[in-house]
Amino acid sequence: MKTILTEQQISLTIKRLAHQVLENHIDLVDTVIIGMQPRGIYLSDKIVEEFKTSLQGKPVNYGILDITFYRDDVRREIKVPNKTNINFSIENKKVVLIDDVLYTGRTIRAALDALLDFGRPAKVELCVLIDRRFSRQLPIQPDYTGKVIDALISQKVKVLWKEKDPATEVIITE
Amino acid sequence: MTLSTPHLLGIKDLRPSDIRLILDTAQQFKDVLQRPVKKVPSLRDVTIVNLFFENSTRTRISFELAEKRLSADVLNFTTSSSSVAKGETMLDTVNNILSMKVDMVVMRHSASGAPHFLAKHIPAAIVNAGDGINEHPTQALLDAFSIEEATGGLSGKKIAIIGDIMHSRVALSNIYLLTKMGAEVTVAGPPTLIPKYIKEALGVNVTYNVKEALQWCDVANVLRIQLERQSQPLFSSLREYSLAYGINRKLLDSLGKKIVIMHPGPINRGVELDSDVADSNESIILQQVENGVAVRMAVLYLLSNPDT
Repeated sequence: MKTILTEQQISLTIKRLAHQVLENHIDLVDTVIIGMQPRGIYLSDKIVEEFKTSLQGKPVNYGILDITFYRDDVRREIKVPNKTNINFSIENKKVVLIDDVLYTGRTIRAALDALLDFGRPAKVELCVLIDRRFSRQLPIQPDYTGKVIDALISQKVKVLWKEKDPATEVIITE
Repeated sequence: MTLSTPHLLGIKDLRPSDIRLILDTAQQFKDVLQRPVKKVPSLRDVTIVNLFFENSTRTRISFELAEKRLSADVLNFTTSSSSVAKGETMLDTVNNILSMKVDMVVMRHSASGAPHFLAKHIPAAIVNAGDGINEHPTQALLDAFSIEEATGGLSGKKIAIIGDIMHSRVALSNIYLLTKMGAEVTVAGPPTLIPKYIKEALGVNVTYNVKEALQWCDVANVLRIQLERQSQPLFSSLREYSLAYGINRKLLDSLGKKIVIMHPGPINRGVELDSDVADSNESIILQQVENGVAVRMAVLYLLSNPDT
């Protein structure tokens, strides 16, 4: 097991990601933020907190999306669904999807499918804390990246949050 | 986490954790049904046949809608328009259908145990949509889902099941489910329509006085008199049944408390339930129907994996 990012580094990275998104989406007008269930919402919660601080109380459209019913591997394993909560329209909005790790790209493929069931967004962007380079199985790339890492397929990259796990850190395990 | 069984033949075979998983998954499907696009692609490579050897409107439509909302391919079969009328056995009929590569079977039959027989002989996942006077598991699951929605939980709740307990598969499935989930059950109705040793066998309270049951309960699940399953008269007339065991506004108002009224349908208005009760705001009968689709989606989704 090896730590790639410590809690302090993660906190700085989250601030940077939030500012990068705000640079491209002034005041988040016509922009909605969607966190990916289950583990992406720990990251999206923190990024949205940063938005709220920067925007001084202006409203942020923030929803969470569960893609269990849209997976392409349902036939191999039945997964238990989590809550989806998007109580606003995404029609013609710019959507920023937030997840912790981008690996094969299949989760994001399913998320794009699921999003279309809520309307036709003007644009969809992707923000991730960790981009596992060279391991994509679909042509999907992030727009905002916390850290790019090279890891073998046999290795696991995990983002841990102290709300749920022993400590906040990003680790790589064999 | 998956179900402990490859089929849904009855609530009797389910563990409390299975019931919890189905109800929690159903909640997510209920959310899907509130969206502008009420459909998910989960079962797009699954073919399901609805085998209805006995009449049904609500259950068949509910299953068909659930299957379509999951993007499954759906085949419908009813005995009146099939080769069963030409003398084909049930097993032959089903094997012929399965040889066309069908993955799941939803089945209703007037013989108790028919889906259990089928489960022993064919390789597809089977969902019991009602077998004779045995079980109707998806009805019990949707009733439980509706009770949780209306009262906030199952454990410790007092549920009265009123009417023809003897011939009701809904009653039996409900009793299994509610007692497994920690609710208290009282059955009420005429002595001739309540099995004699039900208290000892299933752990429910028995009363022959409907008012007493209503006074005791948080939720009353009212059942239809199943005249089609009674080979001999078990009470003198529907009018007399209605006077002694029917639920009307006056009776409800005399309780001095608010209870939830449920009915699995079809209602015989003026017999077991008066219109001013069935259409009142105590009644969650139409919510039960709505929840039925979400619950059946959950069951089909959780049973759709061939490897489990």
